[in-house]
Amino acid sequence: MIAGVFAGVSTRARILVAALAVVLLAAPLVLDRYLLSVLILVCLAAYTGQAWNVLLGFAGLLSLGHALYLGLGAYISAALYVHYGIGPWLSVFPAIAACILVATLLGWLAFRFRIEGVYFALLTIAFAEVARVGFDHIAFTGGAGGFFLPVRSEDQGQWWNLRGGPTFFYYLALLLAGNALLLCALLRRSRIGHRWLAVREDPEAARALGIDVNRARMSALLLSAAMTGIAGVFQAFYANNLFPSQIFDISRSIDIILAPIIGGVGTLFGPILGAFVLAPLGEVLISATGAVGLNAPGTKALFFGLFLMAIIAGVPSGLWPRLAGVLRLRSAPDDHALSHRRDEALPRSCRGGRCFAERRSWFDLRGDRSKRRR
Amino acid sequence: MIGPNGAGKTTLFNLIAGVFATDAGTITFADERIDRASPEHICQLGVARTFQIVRPFPELTVIENAAIGGMLRAPDMDEAYARAGEILRRLDLWDKRARKAHELTLPDRKRLEVARALATRPNLLLLDEVMAGLRPTETDRILEILRTLNREEHITIVMIEHVMRAVMALATRVHVLHHGATIAEGTPAEVTRDPRVIESYLGAEDFA
Repeated sequence: MIAGVFAGVSTRARILVAALAVVLLAAPLVLDRYLLSVLILVCLAAYTGQAWNVLLGFAGLLSLGHALYLGLGAYISAALYVHYGIGPWLSVFPAIAACILVATLLGWLAFRFRIEGVYFALLTIAFAEVARVGFDHIAFTGGAGGFFLPVRSEDQGQWWNLRGGPTFFYYLALLLAGNALLLCALLRRSRIGHRWLAVREDPEAARALGIDVNRARMSALLLSAAMTGIAGVFQAFYANNLFPSQIFDISRSIDIILAPIIGGVGTLFGPILGAFVLAPLGEVLISATGAVGLNAPGTKALFFGLFLMAIIAGVPSGLWPRLAGVLRLRSAPDDHALSHRRDEALPRSCRGGRCFAERRSWFDLRGDRSKRRR
Repeated sequence: MIGPNGAGKTTLFNLIAGVFATDAGTITFADERIDRASPEHICQLGVARTFQIVRPFPELTVIENAAIGGMLRAPDMDEAYARAGEILRRLDLWDKRARKAHELTLPDRKRLEVARALATRPNLLLLDEVMAGLRPTETDRILEILRTLNREEHITIVMIEHVMRAVMALATRVHVLHHGATIAEGTPAEVTRDPRVIESYLGAEDFA
């Protein structure tokens, strides 16, 4: 199965992926604690970005409330650990189940009542806000005052309870990000992946080809929610403190979506590249603004906003398609019956910037795109 | 199906394909009532359609477009792509398989839409003005392809067409719609001689 992911990928791309993997695996040997913590943020952002990308990049649904699943996963696993001593490796399952349950409700509402485009995005925000306000009042998880996990010293690490040092968390985050990439690469080639793409491109035409649009959308939503919930479990045990006003906040949802948008929505490597650009940028901004005494709240958000505007104006399909073009990560066309097994993450048409002018924006949110196209 | 603009030809297709629900009456396909069925179910039963305003999946490649149609009756994706390849070769799109659909010219996009519909292995193919806007040589090529499909794969084709040359060349029966009702039906030769058809649609030109 894993071999299938790499079948047809050009040698050049394979070498680059392998080199990246080696560098990332060896990173803790050379990096200090601080740089390692930045790399953990990178991996986590790559993972959540990949999860969110399943929904918009594959199935064409914009969620602006993905913090909901992050928070749910975090709170459920933390509560089970603090109150009942159930470790995260077990509590990840109820956390996933809760995310799937809530996403089912959201999806049912949206698809039953044909809430599409920008209205779907608003619905996802509403769900996250309800959770934020709700968790403020749940005494069982500390309410607005926050929920804290018992901290152990690092040398008494318990991997089974996700207690450990930065190296441990780094490899865990790397594992998550790597698996998410493999999963998405497999899905992109699978039947369900093709259904998602068809629905994303044109729901009515997809229906005329025998595809159940609502079912396809629901499956993308559930998968994306479940993946994000797992990140929530990680987040709870990594940060050791949870506040509804932070973890369910819309700014957290925006953090999740920035990496794939900057890297390239709908591509496999976009979320990873975006995470590599964004997380270090955030750290640089914090120290730079701190150094010049500008550390007012919102400075980072302001700079991220400007950066995002520059990306959308300059490279609307993200940095990855451009970088893939520069690195010439494309295999030569072949007449093999399985010619689809080339890496679709590397758009073949994006040469010389041509496709960027023609490409529709991801941020055009009217419900049915197809009606206003050629 | 021929008839003036607004006669209800595309509406009829949308009713058959399940996009619109019927107000009255029934639609039956292969002994099954389909007037309450969803578009995806009707497609699964073996009815495929093209759209008057072409709508291939623009950001996907030509072969991906066709493979999405091929998925319907293929046990796995390799099979779906094999089916897609077979259809693309047939419709002269194989050389463009790695191009994105939105990069194609209009005739190619029309052909791609026919390919995508055919990839579902339909028994009934609904073609909504596939000849419109094509040059005569392109029309001839599509006519040839459709004739082969009809003869060799036994696919029934219902087409809405304004290009009378295509209608005369391909159709065995012609229905003329006007204001939502059939005003004439028969062989192309019979229909083009019908005075009501000449008055409401064809004009005084000689098509026979």
